[in-house]
Amino acid sequence: MSETVESVSALIIQKLLANPKVPRDIDGNCKIMDDLAFDSLAVMNFVMEVEDSMDVSVPLDKLADIRTINDLAACVVDLKNKG
Amino acid sequence: MTSLFSKFDGTAGALGSLVEAGGRNPFSVVIEKPVSSTVGIIEGRETLLFGTNNYLGLSQSPRAIKAAQDAAATCGVGTTGSRIANGTQSLHRQLERRIADYFGRRDAMVFSTGYQANLGMISTLAGKDDYLILDADSHASIYDGSRLSPAQVIRFRHNDADDLYKRLKRLDGTPGAKLIVVEGIYSMTGNVPPIAEMVAVKRETGAYLLVDEAHSFGVMGERGLGIAEQAGVEADVDFIVGTFSKSLGTVGGYCVSDHPELELVRLNCRPYMFTASLPPEVIAATLAALEDMAEHPELRTQLKDNAARLHAGFHGLGLNASKQVSPVIAVTLEEIGQAIVMWNRLLDLGVYVNLSLPPATPDSRPLLRCSVMATHTAEQIDKAIEIFKQAALDAKALPAAA
Ligand SMILES: Cc1ncc(COP(=O)(O)O)c(C=O)c1O
Repeated sequence: MSETVESVSALIIQKLLANPKVPRDIDGNCKIMDDLAFDSLAVMNFVMEVEDSMDVSVPLDKLADIRTINDLAACVVDLKNKG
Repeated sequence: MTSLFSKFDGTAGALGSLVEAGGRNPFSVVIEKPVSSTVGIIEGRETLLFGTNNYLGLSQSPRAIKAAQDAAATCGVGTTGSRIANGTQSLHRQLERRIADYFGRRDAMVFSTGYQANLGMISTLAGKDDYLILDADSHASIYDGSRLSPAQVIRFRHNDADDLYKRLKRLDGTPGAKLIVVEGIYSMTGNVPPIAEMVAVKRETGAYLLVDEAHSFGVMGERGLGIAEQAGVEADVDFIVGTFSKSLGTVGGYCVSDHPELELVRLNCRPYMFTASLPPEVIAATLAALEDMAEHPELRTQLKDNAARLHAGFHGLGLNASKQVSPVIAVTLEEIGQAIVMWNRLLDLGVYVNLSLPPATPDSRPLLRCSVMATHTAEQIDKAIEIFKQAALDAKALPAAA
């Protein structure tokens, strides 16, 4: 089972689009807080959903470095490979 | 050149529209004079206080006031130093012994605030390879403690023992100790955790457990020790953190534990070491308030009855109030605008409560956070319910009667 940044990024986008408030034209380079207008709490809550789908925990200190959807995907892939 | 203050533009805009919508800045209310534990003068008018943390009314305890006066007269008004240098007087040791004995624990550390107690304990206990496992709705002092700690920080879903278990299981095989942090009563919503289930998870996974009893101390349990006592799981709680600033009506924080290493924590805990200790009059008042609390268990019964009365009143009006009965009762509204109008109407009509706006609320909806006291009379509670009805109608948070 090898996830790639592309596959995880696609899954994250799919999850984001389930929220009607999220713009329809997002891609992996979108900044989660700036472009999607998520506040810090909304980001943490959204990451929890991604954690559950991917069966991985993303420590909060890692979140500080994450800006884009691709950053989040890369972080998840990295954690999966370590695990 | 970039302004140092441009980062506050968002706050300035939000505050501006808040004041415009309601006429007041909700974050700069002044209690001009406390009349009693339940009434204060605000804007020149007697106002019912339903937004304090003074659950037992002890901020106005005659015994505590006298003790503070005597201590100031004999010991002075401040220590001018840290607990590990010149800031420990015999009163500090006496309070630590008293708190530890009250909880039936080996030792206690007293901090200058409850915020610092969480900051200190969490950041010091969880080291580099360790994991902090926090409830998603944790208080800011718990989050800030986790930022000061070098440990990895993982959130679990609020009050969800299965989710806690799942996240701990994912860490199977990782080196490093795991410290779970939960609260006895969540300060914004009044939610109470399924502590027995969490203890079972802790046991199965070999984690440690810290419970912040800030709002549950003096409120829950036969002797007022909090949720751990009420649920009969005290032996499984490694660390209890709490504050004197709520049920005891003074200021200061503490941690009690049976782990003998608490003595070593004192020498590694920056929020304990690098700040001045509590002044003698506060320590003396806290000791006195603790005697009041120990001698008057009926205050807790009265508090429960009062909480049930306000809770039933809100639900009777059809307001979306907290499900569980606790002294913290939150009324959730759908829109921020509505919450601002309602909060202002409440104050116009003579009731002070706390206005909580997202993102400081758990689910992006605004809350009117109400708190009940043992010293509220039935008449005061009924009057507050009447005023809530009027304010909710004015804010269109309740449908006008047909
Ligand atoms: C859950 C919780 N923990 C800790 C604190 C901090 O206590 P203090 O205000 O005494 O510093 C508070 C209150 O502010 C709280 O609500």
